[in-house]
Amino acid sequence: MKPGHGEIVLAEGDVEVPEQERELIEAFRRELDAGMWAAVPTESRGGRREAELVKSFDEVPRDAERVIFFPRAAGGAPRTTR
Amino acid sequence: MALSLGTAAIILVVLLWELSRPRLRSAVGRARERWSARWRAADPGGYDPGRERRAEQRARALLRSCVDERDWAMYRDLGFLRVWGGLGEHGETRRRGAESAPWGAAQPDGAESRADGVLDGEARYAYLIYPHKPIVAYLPGTGELLSEYCVAFPDDSKPYGSSRLPDSDDVLAKWMALTGDERRLLADANMHLPGRQVDPDRVRRDLARLAQWERERTSRPARASRSAGSVRAA
Repeated sequence: MKPGHGEIVLAEGDVEVPEQERELIEAFRRELDAGMWAAVPTESRGGRREAELVKSFDEVPRDAERVIFFPRAAGGAPRTTR
Repeated sequence: MALSLGTAAIILVVLLWELSRPRLRSAVGRARERWSARWRAADPGGYDPGRERRAEQRARALLRSCVDERDWAMYRDLGFLRVWGGLGEHGETRRRGAESAPWGAAQPDGAESRADGVLDGEARYAYLIYPHKPIVAYLPGTGELLSEYCVAFPDDSKPYGSSRLPDSDDVLAKWMALTGDERRLLADANMHLPGRQVDPDRVRRDLARLAQWERERTSRPARASRSAGSVRAA
């Protein structure tokens, strides 16, 4: 996700192909190093859609169709102090 | 003699100035244009409504592909998304992490004691996600507003001069963070009492709209099946 652009495809590949998996891992690390969060859209046991935040490529389910990167959360308005 | 030479010099200077003025003016204009063109090229961040609209369309498509069909319809029709509190999941109760749930947090107005035991067997609390506004936690049973979680997803690289995600991307980021790691998001957010940034009356109106929307959606298939099974009187 990018301001002024929306969705951008960073890398595509098959994790079963070692060369492509390597490229996916590099893209994954690059984004995390840039401070992004990574999420995998999944489905809960109850059938509801949800997301799984992943911190390393190993945590990405092998059958995941995509990983979405988005800027990390930051507190919005400042805390009120008394 | 000196007077006439001086006068001639002044007249010469004035004549030269008058002759060169148009050229000077156009040269200054060209330099100004070159400078502004260079500035525009260096900073593509100027607001471009077309670009923002295209970004929002892409963001809506991405959101739609990630959330449930029902949630997408809710966002499309009402402009916000409801997410059930995962620290006491809808239809079941998870005790893990309950202390960081909005109803478990110490509420200055005593909401903690009222919230306990609400809606046994269902979600104890839920959130409303608005684009670029704080997440609002509330009790579905009573409609009581619990707190606001001010959170943003700024992209410091500012690819187009702004760190702000498109509206639907902001909603999707909140949805992913809430469903993926609710506790982490709550920890990163700034919590406030309801009404700090989002008008409580507006939230109550939205909750009423949501209830109405859900009633209509629930009754639609029932009406369809009734009409399918009925015979019109002649």
